[in-house]
Amino acid sequence: MSVPQEAIESLLEQPGLFKRLNLKDWVWAAIVLAATAFVFVNYGKVMDAYEIGILALSAPGLIGLGWYWKAFQPYALAVAACSLLGIWLYGGDYGNAEQVFGLKFLFSSQSAVMWMSALFVLATVTYFAGLFANNGFTLKTGSAITWAALIMGFTGLMVRWYESYLIDPEFGHIPVSNLYEVFILFCLITGLLYLYYEGRYKNRTLGGFVLLVISAAVAFLLWYSFEKGADKILPLVPALKSYWMKIHVPANFVGYGAFALAAMTSVAYLLKAGGEKRNPQGFTATRLPPLEMLDDITYKAIALGFAFFTIATILGAMWAAEAWGGYWSWDPKETWALIVWLNYAAWLHLRFSKGWRGVPMAWWAIVGLFVTLFAFLGVNMFLSGLHSYGEL
Amino acid sequence: MKNSPTASTRLINFLGSMNLAISLLVVLAIASIIGTVLKQNQPYTDYQIKFGSFWFDLFQSLGLYDVYSAVWFLGILAFLVISIATCVGRNTPGILRELRHFRENVQEKSLRAMKHQFTLPVSMAATEAQTLAQRILASQGFKTRQKAAEDHMVVAGMKGGANHWGYWLTHLGIIVICLGGLMDSRLPLMIGEWQGALKPETRNMPASEVPSVSQLPTSSFSYRGSVDIPEGGSANVIFLPVRDGYFVQHLPFDVEVKDFRVEHYSTGMPKSFESDLVIRDKDLPKPMEATIAVNHPLIYKGVAIYQANFGDGGSRVNLRLHPFNNQYAAQDVEGNIFKDYKLTSSNQQYKLELTDFRLFNINDMEEPDGTTKKTNLGPSVSFKLRDATGQAMEYQNYMNPVSIKGQIYYISGVRSTPAEPFRYLHIPVDPKGGMERFMRFLSNMQDQELVKKSALETTRDSMQQAAVKSPDVENQVVESMVRLTTLFAAQGSDGVMQEITERFPEDKRESASEAFMKVLNASLRSIYQETLKQEGVTGEATDADLAFFDDSLLAIDKISAYGSPWFVQLTNFKHIEASGLQITRSPGKDVVYFGSVMLIIGVFLLFYVAHRRIWVWIKPLENDQSEIVLAGSTNRNLPEFEHYFKRLQETFRQAMVHEVKHVSSTGSD
Repeated sequence: MSVPQEAIESLLEQPGLFKRLNLKDWVWAAIVLAATAFVFVNYGKVMDAYEIGILALSAPGLIGLGWYWKAFQPYALAVAACSLLGIWLYGGDYGNAEQVFGLKFLFSSQSAVMWMSALFVLATVTYFAGLFANNGFTLKTGSAITWAALIMGFTGLMVRWYESYLIDPEFGHIPVSNLYEVFILFCLITGLLYLYYEGRYKNRTLGGFVLLVISAAVAFLLWYSFEKGADKILPLVPALKSYWMKIHVPANFVGYGAFALAAMTSVAYLLKAGGEKRNPQGFTATRLPPLEMLDDITYKAIALGFAFFTIATILGAMWAAEAWGGYWSWDPKETWALIVWLNYAAWLHLRFSKGWRGVPMAWWAIVGLFVTLFAFLGVNMFLSGLHSYGEL
Repeated sequence: MKNSPTASTRLINFLGSMNLAISLLVVLAIASIIGTVLKQNQPYTDYQIKFGSFWFDLFQSLGLYDVYSAVWFLGILAFLVISIATCVGRNTPGILRELRHFRENVQEKSLRAMKHQFTLPVSMAATEAQTLAQRILASQGFKTRQKAAEDHMVVAGMKGGANHWGYWLTHLGIIVICLGGLMDSRLPLMIGEWQGALKPETRNMPASEVPSVSQLPTSSFSYRGSVDIPEGGSANVIFLPVRDGYFVQHLPFDVEVKDFRVEHYSTGMPKSFESDLVIRDKDLPKPMEATIAVNHPLIYKGVAIYQANFGDGGSRVNLRLHPFNNQYAAQDVEGNIFKDYKLTSSNQQYKLELTDFRLFNINDMEEPDGTTKKTNLGPSVSFKLRDATGQAMEYQNYMNPVSIKGQIYYISGVRSTPAEPFRYLHIPVDPKGGMERFMRFLSNMQDQELVKKSALETTRDSMQQAAVKSPDVENQVVESMVRLTTLFAAQGSDGVMQEITERFPEDKRESASEAFMKVLNASLRSIYQETLKQEGVTGEATDADLAFFDDSLLAIDKISAYGSPWFVQLTNFKHIEASGLQITRSPGKDVVYFGSVMLIIGVFLLFYVAHRRIWVWIKPLENDQSEIVLAGSTNRNLPEFEHYFKRLQETFRQAMVHEVKHVSSTGSD
């Protein structure tokens, strides 16, 4: 009896990671490595050991992210292209921000952020229009506009990073150092997380909900820059001059972004659940995604946010140990980070151990956003402490 | 559960219950809020003023001024740790079973009752099917166990046991973090206080005079305190703030601050704070030198030294006291910040308390175009002037003249309490860059002879012009001029207004004050002319001279409210800074970090690894046929598992059905 072993072997064989990658993935990896090498060769001299470590780890991180989420590759390349174009247009002279057309109307950080703001609001409207009209093309347009907003926003941050060095080499710093900059970061991370889930679940109907929270952040951002001139690039205070800032802040905002996303999917959950009860043929009951899916996204977002928030808080403690002489001082910001953490820890325990699902958990996730919002914004506005960089 | 659970079982059930754990998480979160809303560890007098004595006492007894050290708060934390430990202890045997047992003894019935199950008839012998099933599962990363019974065979597989490691790592991680925190806590101090062996000092006194009941030895296990060391000075103690007092903690070495530096950006904002330190220790062959900066501490013998803040370290200042009253003499004082000096050259006793010196003062200054710009006003000295009754005014005087809207002034801020903003006295600077002309002008105003003489000249001049000749009128005018000038020099325009109010009925006041001001102005003008003459200025007064005259009058007008008989001018200084060091010994830090790493790894294992089980139940049928039941379960991410199970189903179908076909086709050969 001859058994075609090859047939079975091929069936049994689990395609390894590298076999699942296509040419594009390898090109992506090559580009990231080349860019990393370029940065190291050109700027390695002015980086300290920790910064070189961060650079070395961000290369595999970016490659992995691009391999895991394919849509990230073209996105990152578009951001890189726009950023490089902006930097090239500057040609080493900050005065060009007002002179060169491409900077004044597109790629200077302030213009790019304005574009981001406008596009996010437009995308919110488009997503909702698509949802109301039940029109796939409109929803698709919403996604496209969101991608465009994300490209402009990230380009804005990148160019701002460069601008800070142009104004004065001593001022130069990564743009995650004040409330204005981290609000942009918040919009970007929330938007990216949403688009990831959109692609993963192949459903665009939640776009309007998530972008609503981004639009609110945009409104604050605009008020903050027009009313308070917060978009001005200022040098860092000595306490912030640390490599820790480069990892602590972004990790925190993955957490904040994911929590915001979870709250908005919970809003959709409540609408859908309420709609099903009142009128099963009604608008919210039929147009919104199934409850299981909403519940699943909420859980995934909170889990992701919780994991990153844990990392961020621990990184923050390590930084505090180096800057303030103690890893935990019960400073208001630290304490509120703990409160946020405890809140979501309780949420996750209820889900895992008690199997709670549905309406109460959705409400809790929404309340969680307000607790998070207070930790993120309220502490800086109402309480004083060591974390006073982001004062309004 | 037995019929009558013992007390200890009930206790363990209570402590290990999920409801308790979740309640504790929420209670801890709410309790934590208190300390963020109520500012912690402020001076107790502040709380007293804010809350009144009833609430102050109540809050104090609840420990609300240092919530995070309050017994009840630590109790909640301890309760949480005990609850977590009990949970872990109670769940561990079950998890171990879960990890060890493949459940190959499962019943067919229970497999068929599972949510994910699938029956597939295959045309192959049961043993063959078993081998293949084992290979398929193994290739998917499952560990397997097999069982062959009389009427069936089972392949049981599982993977993702690391999920349970996630449970242990997260929960034990939290316990480890709390233990690390306990190592660095002030529990020993609290116990010492409770036993009466320790008592915080509340008086302000040199560290060497603090009684031993408030002193802590170098052997303390952990501490976190601070000390200000002036440049050139050294210290071997730090102060640990406790509620409304402090303990003196002795260090196992001496720290000297050789130099302290602040560097600034081009905008004037501080760029870096650095201290050059020298560590002296008998264990060191020679003193160790090191530079610390914000974010760059020095760690020696497990003790970390941080750049925390800075202040004045007793700068040497030279002051020139210009009297506003010509009966006093000018005097020079040389002194140090934080010291007090008696001033005697007046008819009153004053105490000069030097409180601060600042090399830079970055202030918002109004530009001529109306915008504000941050400008460095240069060095300033702050001091209090306390009179014999104990009343004090606080001053901040700038060394360099400041340009405001094109005019240049010496400026001095004054206030009676720290809660008020400073009010400023602007003394115009003369063409030679000093305040000589202003002081001379003021002094001339107080010189009766000179005032009379210039009043007479002015009056005669104007009477000649008006062709009036009357000694009575002349005397009257001269007399009012002298009186008003003296009044103005002593009490400012308020004094003049008071005189008018006293002497005239309400309906005449307006015209009277107009006349008075004319007279006063003429007199002051002539005195100013005289002052210029004394200075050697000849010819017509320039615009600048006239502006100086106006500014002088504005300044003199304010002197009566200024509260000091002198204008204190900072003439020279030697800047001595003090570096504020935070010094900690925290042996629990690495324990906390270890627990943190456990926590992070655990969180990812818990969320992103799912414990999956697959069973293949094989029932032999006749003619080398069999039937398999494929079933599976997971403890995480059900939606993903659904996809996975569908794919697995397909693999089984292809592998087994495809092979069967092949076998039969080759078998006919």
